Amino acid sequence: MSETGPEPILSLSDLHTDIAQYRILEGVDLIVPRGQVTMLLGRNGVGKTTTLRSIIGHWRPRAGRILFDGVDITRAPTAHRARAGLGYVPEDMGIFTDLTVEENMVLAAVSAAPDPARLERIFAAFPPLKTFWRAKAGTLSGGQKQMLAIARAMAEERRLYLIDEPTKGLAPAIIATMAAALRTLKQEGATILMVEQNFAVARALGDRAAVMEAGRIVWSGAMAALAADTALQEQLMGLSMAAT
Amino acid sequence: MTAAPDHRPTFAQVALSDRLGAAAPFALIPVLVVLGFLAIGSSSSWLTLTVSGLAMGMMIFIMASGLTLVFGLMDVINFGHGAFISVGAFIGISVLIGLGGWTGAPSLLLNVAAVLLAVIAAMTVTGALGWGFERLIVRPVYGAHLKQILVTVGGLIVIEQLIHVIWGPDEIFLTRPETLKGAFTFWDAAIERYRLLAVVIGLVLFLAMRLVLKRTKIGLIVRAGVQNPEMVEALGYRLRLVFIGVFIAGSALAGLGGVMWGLYQEVITAGMGEQMMILVFIVVIIGGLGSVEGAFIGALLVGLMQNYIAFLAPTLALISNIGLMTAILMWRPQGMMPVVKAK
Repeated sequence: MSETGPEPILSLSDLHTDIAQYRILEGVDLIVPRGQVTMLLGRNGVGKTTTLRSIIGHWRPRAGRILFDGVDITRAPTAHRARAGLGYVPEDMGIFTDLTVEENMVLAAVSAAPDPARLERIFAAFPPLKTFWRAKAGTLSGGQKQMLAIARAMAEERRLYLIDEPTKGLAPAIIATMAAALRTLKQEGATILMVEQNFAVARALGDRAAVMEAGRIVWSGAMAALAADTALQEQLMGLSMAAT
Repeated sequence: MTAAPDHRPTFAQVALSDRLGAAAPFALIPVLVVLGFLAIGSSSSWLTLTVSGLAMGMMIFIMASGLTLVFGLMDVINFGHGAFISVGAFIGISVLIGLGGWTGAPSLLLNVAAVLLAVIAAMTVTGALGWGFERLIVRPVYGAHLKQILVTVGGLIVIEQLIHVIWGPDEIFLTRPETLKGAFTFWDAAIERYRLLAVVIGLVLFLAMRLVLKRTKIGLIVRAGVQNPEMVEALGYRLRLVFIGVFIAGSALAGLGGVMWGLYQEVITAGMGEQMMILVFIVVIIGGLGSVEGAFIGALLVGLMQNYIAFLAPTLALISNIGLMTAILMWRPQGMMPVVKAK
């Protein structure tokens, strides 16, 4: 597969990350091209979340290198990575439940107060956030919390969004809302690296796909190629998920 | 796939029972005060004891507020906090003794100036001490509770012994500045001036802390950091720097508490902070780890309880606070207003 664009926004080379005595990542090589949505796929427990956590800096890799827009951030503090333009939506959403929706958004806009035009766009994508603006985030439903988690990542201009399973545990109607919002984000030119178990969503949003197995990337290429090849899906992910 | 149906809000506000449940701990204070009134009978004794209990509670709160935030933010158990109380008292009282001319004069202005200087000196030194303590003693043991207990208790002992080295082995007696001595009568009850001052300072401090925590960005970062430190970092904040700031502020507040407690008892010892830590820990635990409001309510309850019981049944005074802690933990096992979720 040929890479588009001159230089990728993010490249991981031979990344090894341990959690306690367990070797979770065993040499991840991954390239995330600019302006595209890259889907990180694979079975449970193969290291997808660990890969994202290593990129944002919650886990420190034992070996390997992370280049973000040409800069080596392998040893940089998490806060530096965020300020350099990484927006992160963790698997557990990381909502501050004791704070209001508004306070969550104020915190997410690191350098200044949230930009009103940006907020309007967020409200258009996720109307409940406007309705419950002053409610404690802990009182939101699961879907609304996920909306808030993504909205937080959108509160400022980011160069790369890291989104971990945004549709996990959500009702189908809410998944559609989430997918629509992510598609809008994509159309605005955002670069996204996303872990997604829902293959229908992954196929609809992804430009490229990378499939993990036992702590390594075992296949990467165009999403369309993976979507069209059920045998390949069967081989890589163990079950055909293209039914929907 | 179809789009989600139009959004229809299903609730306009939090249910009344939930809101009352959250505020219930605040109601404990008036309940305890009324119970105290019924048990004591004499309104003048009751008023004296209540003011005394509130004053004691406020001073405990000042010492506990920093500790609860330090625990909540970085999961650090700091037994060394007690040392800052003692050091604060010794520095502050030394300044007051040095300014004997000012404290002895029957001038409110000179007295207040002396106390203010003592407090500033104490808070500066304990704040700096806290900074060094975090760097040297706490930093290597983040994430390891057992080591934290051992190493901070070690730090406490070292600082206590240093107090003996600098100020000698004996306790130091002192007298309050002229205008803060004595009491006035109100509804037949004798109310010590100094206790009233302590109540006012504690209340102002609590309101100021609430304001900072609720209305400023740094307060937001602290509140969010207590809940989910990782996510605060992922949004781009150097939580470590914020935490060091909180550690320094908490140590400085312990110093303030030490000066105030020393002036209250009119005697200071190197071990005074260590003794206070028992009450401080009770307050932090019943308040709910990480909660400034919980610590405030807890401190007032402990102060009032101690004073009422000491009057009503002196033999029970020693166990009254443990009893209070047991009762509250049976009601709310994580404390009254826990911020840090059980891990």
